[in-house]
Amino acid sequence: MFKILDKTELSEDIFKFIVEAPLISKAAKAGQFVVIRMDEKGERIPLTIADSDPSRGTIAIVFQIVGASTKLLGARDKGQGIMDILGPLGHPTEVEDFGRVVCVGGGVGIGVVYPVIRAMKDKGNEVISIIGSRCEELLFFINEIEKSSDKVYITTDDGSCGRKGFVSDELKALIDKGIKIDRVVAIGPVPMMKAIANVTGPHKIKTIVSLNPLMLDATGMCGVCRVTIGGQTKFACVDGPEFDAHEVDFDELATRLDHYKDKEKIAMEISSPLHPSPQCGEGNHEA
Amino acid sequence: MEKGAGMRKEIIMRQPMPEQEPKKRISNFDEVALGYTEQQAIAEAKRCIQCKKPSCIAGCPVEIDIPAFISFIASGKFDKAIAKLKETNSLPAVCGRVCPQESQCEKVCIYAKKNDPIAIGRLERFAADWEIRSEPATKRRGSGMEPRRSVSGSKAKVAIVGSGPAGLTCAGDLAKMGYQVTMFESLHATGGVLRYGIPEFRLPKAIVDFEIDGIRKLGVEVQVDALIGRTLTIDDLLKQGYKAIFIGAGAGLPQFLKIQGENLGGVYSANEFLTRVNLMKAYLFPEYLTPVKVGKKVVVVGGGNVAIDAARCSKRLGADVTVVYRRSEVEMPARVEEIEHAKQEGIKFCILTNPTKIIGENALPAGRQGWVKKIEVLKMELGEPDESGRRRPVPIKGSEYTIDVDSVIVAIGNNPNPLLPREIKGLKVEKWGGIIVNNETGQSSIPYIYAGGDIVSGAATVIEAMGAGKRAARAIAEFTARI
Repeated sequence: MFKILDKTELSEDIFKFIVEAPLISKAAKAGQFVVIRMDEKGERIPLTIADSDPSRGTIAIVFQIVGASTKLLGARDKGQGIMDILGPLGHPTEVEDFGRVVCVGGGVGIGVVYPVIRAMKDKGNEVISIIGSRCEELLFFINEIEKSSDKVYITTDDGSCGRKGFVSDELKALIDKGIKIDRVVAIGPVPMMKAIANVTGPHKIKTIVSLNPLMLDATGMCGVCRVTIGGQTKFACVDGPEFDAHEVDFDELATRLDHYKDKEKIAMEISSPLHPSPQCGEGNHEA
Repeated sequence: MEKGAGMRKEIIMRQPMPEQEPKKRISNFDEVALGYTEQQAIAEAKRCIQCKKPSCIAGCPVEIDIPAFISFIASGKFDKAIAKLKETNSLPAVCGRVCPQESQCEKVCIYAKKNDPIAIGRLERFAADWEIRSEPATKRRGSGMEPRRSVSGSKAKVAIVGSGPAGLTCAGDLAKMGYQVTMFESLHATGGVLRYGIPEFRLPKAIVDFEIDGIRKLGVEVQVDALIGRTLTIDDLLKQGYKAIFIGAGAGLPQFLKIQGENLGGVYSANEFLTRVNLMKAYLFPEYLTPVKVGKKVVVVGGGNVAIDAARCSKRLGADVTVVYRRSEVEMPARVEEIEHAKQEGIKFCILTNPTKIIGENALPAGRQGWVKKIEVLKMELGEPDESGRRRPVPIKGSEYTIDVDSVIVAIGNNPNPLLPREIKGLKVEKWGGIIVNNETGQSSIPYIYAGGDIVSGAATVIEAMGAGKRAARAIAEFTARI
């Protein structure tokens, strides 16, 4: 059992847990993830490690309630536990002194890109962060990200904070202004990552995305996390999770992520009364 | 020919295995083979002619003294029978169920020259099940087979990576010799393929629990949720004082057909499908939260035990199931018994047939295909023997046709687990990824690292992995004695 030491609601339906996991905290690097299982009847779901503190033996996980398992997880309190946590999994983010790096985080991906921002800054990069969500209420980690970035841009779909529009619009504006970018790391919903890839592609800016396909064992055994990269089948759990954005078949990934939507609905309905989904004006879905 | 065999006046027929009726069993996941009664076991054991020079022992990868344990059953001394089995086999209840005896001990049974061989596997299972049923009583009787107290040995620390058949055997044997053994498992449950691969109806998980409990009681420590190479590295283990490491990390990434449409929804690797069903208990969804979708029509591609397991699970999930295999039935690597069981359950076999394309529904924007709809296959005929000695399947031109499906399960084998071999510097591996070891000892190119099971041999049987674990345990004992 892995004990939950702290729980923070970062925004509606997005939580940060500090969990006791000494071995994982010692080994974890930016960009890696864990697989958790809530209890005996739970699913195995992958979640990115948002932070780790080897001196305290803890890791931080940031997640959004999107299905039955994350709903059950969100209902856990400080002092309670998570039955299984396996990690750290996947290859860490490639962190070097690239020069000027743009880190893009969308939705719950804000929590996931944060450790990458810090690692890039620590390595001596000039870090520009672009953070986006549907509305102001769904933004989080802004202070932390400001501390580790040379410049932060915010976008919201409804314009309630920062630029009205998408993170990809902001990135395009920067490129159009002639700002030289050496590398982009983008983490967020599939349509967001695809949009970023489309913006940087014509300019041949090296762009890395962190993929979030379905996983089961996540140790290189089952093959459910297969993704098509440059026409080749790769396994996100052992070959990724980060890949060159310009080689990713995002449409296939989106399709594969939807395979159990009907089952997910059934599981959601029985797992507990439905959580109201966050309301923010007339904002559309993140894209 | 043994003396006496020819003198028998009447031939006693091999005792049939009581089984759940096919019609009933396709709607549950309960065990199909129900096991011998005491009377049946004794009658079957009495068929054994107790050869002076038995050939069956050499047919067993873990060298069980087969005539001895059978003789105990014949005289009703079931406690002695199981004790004899456990001298060399840590997992008799598992082996009695899943070993391919027909190609091992029973194949070379001398009695089998003229009659059906002695049902060695069924007798092994009987003795093991007898112990499980009567464990408390056994302890009271002081039969000398009561589990040891959970104390760690005083000899060197040994780390076992993976808790499947190879790891369990290596761990159990080393613990018996007095080593301090810790077994690291990356999943949340122990047992490896016994847990995630072989279905409940062929190997109940309560049996697996009992057997692993037996290993733990020998003093073996178990750490789940520990992926060696990630959670802890080999260097971490050395720093913690482990003197030798046995890698039994098992099967790895599934092989696919490399044909169009394999990433469509509803196309599973057998590993994924079986893990969902067996480890995660998706057949109990939504009580258990892991989903699985098979739909009404399933095609399973492959002819091994894994393919048959996947087919029989699909049947139990309510589907109409067809196994597509590119060679003929004779070449199928699956056990004959399993193929028979599958046929009884109404599973169809489409032999000499090979998939060429998987076709999805055009339900998505931009003509993208979502869920699988059809599978295109091609008829084959047998040509000259290939390097495996089996006749090579040759495509018949223009014989393509399609089969309507709701899901496809690809069961054509695995590559070894890629993670650990990649992470260990200096470890020599085969082109296809298997760890290169000395076959006698299991020792790798790094002296303190041993390996066995599917990560060395590629996909093989439970008992072969156990044999490798056993040989490695012996070699590790010699190695640690020298350092």
